Amino acid sequence: MKHRTFFWFFLPTALAMLLFIFLPIISVVTQSLFVSHEQVFVEVENCDIFGCKNEMMIDAAATEKLRAEQPLGRFVGLANYFNRSHLATSEIATLWQTAESWGTFYDGLFNLPLYRAIIFTLVFTFVTTPSVIIVGFMIAVAVNALNQHLKGLVIFFSLLPFVVTPLVGSLILFWMIDARGIIGNSLQYLMGDPNLSLKASTGLTWITLIVYGVWHAAPFAFVIFYAGLQTLPQDTLESAMIDGASRWQRIRFVVIPHLMPLVTFVALIQLMDNFRVFEPIVGFNASAHATSLSFLIYNDMDGEARLLNSAATTSVLTIIGVAILLSPVLVRTWRDWNRKV
Amino acid sequence: MKKTLIGALAIGALMTASNLSHAACKIEKGKVNIIGNEFPAIQTIGAGAKACAGDGVEVKANLTKEHKTIQVPGLTGNPAEYSVAIVANSSIVPLMNDDLIRPLDDLIAKHGGNFKDNQKISIGGKTMAIGFMANAQHFVYRKDMLEKAGVEPPKTYEDVLAAAKAIKEKGLAKYPFGGAYAAGWGLAQEFNNMYIGHGGKFFKEGSAMPSINGPEGVATLNMMKSLAEYMNPDFLTMNNNEINAEWKAGNLPMMQMWGSRAGPLLAGEGTAPGVPENTVLAWPLTVAGKDIPATTLWWDGWTIAKNVSDEDAEASYLAMINAIDPKIMNDKVAEQAVWLIDGYKPTPASAGVFATIEAKAQPYPMLPYQALLHTALGAELPDFLAGKETAEKTLADAEAAYITAAKEKGFIK
Repeated sequence: MKHRTFFWFFLPTALAMLLFIFLPIISVVTQSLFVSHEQVFVEVENCDIFGCKNEMMIDAAATEKLRAEQPLGRFVGLANYFNRSHLATSEIATLWQTAESWGTFYDGLFNLPLYRAIIFTLVFTFVTTPSVIIVGFMIAVAVNALNQHLKGLVIFFSLLPFVVTPLVGSLILFWMIDARGIIGNSLQYLMGDPNLSLKASTGLTWITLIVYGVWHAAPFAFVIFYAGLQTLPQDTLESAMIDGASRWQRIRFVVIPHLMPLVTFVALIQLMDNFRVFEPIVGFNASAHATSLSFLIYNDMDGEARLLNSAATTSVLTIIGVAILLSPVLVRTWRDWNRKV
Repeated sequence: MKKTLIGALAIGALMTASNLSHAACKIEKGKVNIIGNEFPAIQTIGAGAKACAGDGVEVKANLTKEHKTIQVPGLTGNPAEYSVAIVANSSIVPLMNDDLIRPLDDLIAKHGGNFKDNQKISIGGKTMAIGFMANAQHFVYRKDMLEKAGVEPPKTYEDVLAAAKAIKEKGLAKYPFGGAYAAGWGLAQEFNNMYIGHGGKFFKEGSAMPSINGPEGVATLNMMKSLAEYMNPDFLTMNNNEINAEWKAGNLPMMQMWGSRAGPLLAGEGTAPGVPENTVLAWPLTVAGKDIPATTLWWDGWTIAKNVSDEDAEASYLAMINAIDPKIMNDKVAEQAVWLIDGYKPTPASAGVFATIEAKAQPYPMLPYQALLHTALGAELPDFLAGKETAEKTLADAEAAYITAAKEKGFIK
């Protein structure tokens, strides 16, 4: 393609990317470098139906003046990144000096909101992604071996978990795994422990969220792999059979290499999806035991507190996290591409 | 079924209100747009304001559970999207902080209105909101189960622990107490209640520095943990809805619940047999031998946006005055809330809230930085209740999280 043609061809995409990706990122980065103005207080008498009392209030006129002078707030550089809600550098330094063992260091780390969120996000991402690929692949191979008449029906039902909205799906499961729900109650019966609760301990909550994540996303991997299986080279497969390859050997040496580019694709999408895990935490009311980076951003922006600069900072850290996470896959894709060219 | 009921109530209220006809509102022209929470009492208010729509007068209402997220941006533009915000004593604070609502004194002087003087919410001598209902969390119990256990209805949290023990020992209920202890806003609110009951002060006098990490804070957490031992082990995931569901199923003998949410339980919709007739909306509990109720009082009221034209503000005022006129009161409307409106006769559903007002409970503080402490507590308290750290460590963490947030917002230097 000529450079000129390419330019005009790419221009609409480039403009859209500038408008919807680049500018918002610039805005988020800028906001993460500022904090609100110092508030000017006045003490006033507040009266409501229950009586009067003196309370502190914000002096609106004085604040208005400050705001007009500096619309973005006070510039603080990277201070937002290093405070306790984010990278907590001074807390980590103290912890490093006082911690007697790795265990206490880890406990201290887990007590800081950002690290707690990162630890869960990473565990969720790195357990869920491979599980989704394996489960999706197994379903695809199984469905592919089915009788032609059954296939349509089975595919339809296998896709259902992916169709259900994550928030709704997790809410439904929230009630099912309740101690009085069908799954929770059956588990108590099976384990012979009447006090077993999936929601009360951190470990079991994590397992529940991960199982939910696999249940929700496996159909996605299944559909991709199933489509890939339809393009399997039958000649290679037949010659493998003539050479006496078992079913497992055929899968290992013919099917899997054939599907490898799709595995990269599914891994890429799933890494991104799982890294921004959010809905199940809200749906399962799980924030006592598990928080993610997205949940921290939501928590900062929701309700009355509205910590916008803090949310911006966490967003920038999330973007950096995604970049680091995806770099191996991107490098691999880049190499494959160069090899082909 | 619930939707149908709310719909029926709203239509009923609409019909009552529209009998007054829009001429009664005395609005010549203007635009009214309301943002507010979504529950039956507020639906009634919204419908009352909408009855004023007519020639040259446009009245819209966006009543949604997401109102707290929408209200600040919705009133910030000039002209603002919404001309009226229906708020409570916590959600008026962000609007005051950003100077988004206007004093109502001029409008009151010009147009008056059929409301009582004590409905005026005044901040620094200016009337900023008109209250129309009150609410509070209070104690609720099952008469029959307490009788079977042979205990008197508790008046203090220490009584609750004793009663819970007796009920559990007799096998009347597996988990005898319920409270909205889900991590986040609800849990922090239960801490606030219990902390106030212990006589604790949230902030150092005259500053935004927190002062929760003291003996009252530790006693508060220990009491919460003692209560949690009698709760469903999933208590850190259970909010008002889940607790109410347990109550309806007949599994709970005692709980702490919002008056506005406990009231509908008496109607018996979707409840197990024997539950509604034995449900008593009682009184606020005290703790640690103090006489301050361990709960907070709340009001709901309406405010008018600053960034709208005077014409729209006037139209909004008149529409809202119409919405809270004593004429709206009837049996159905009376059951929806503890109204501050003249002509309201208390119903059994309001007994708990009235007892709370009489016991001189404190209102939820209207401080600019209270919401930040609330959020910090909601995120940090689960560590203690899940048994991961000591009370002192948890309170220190909550203070540290609050100070970080308060510095960002400019409340602390």
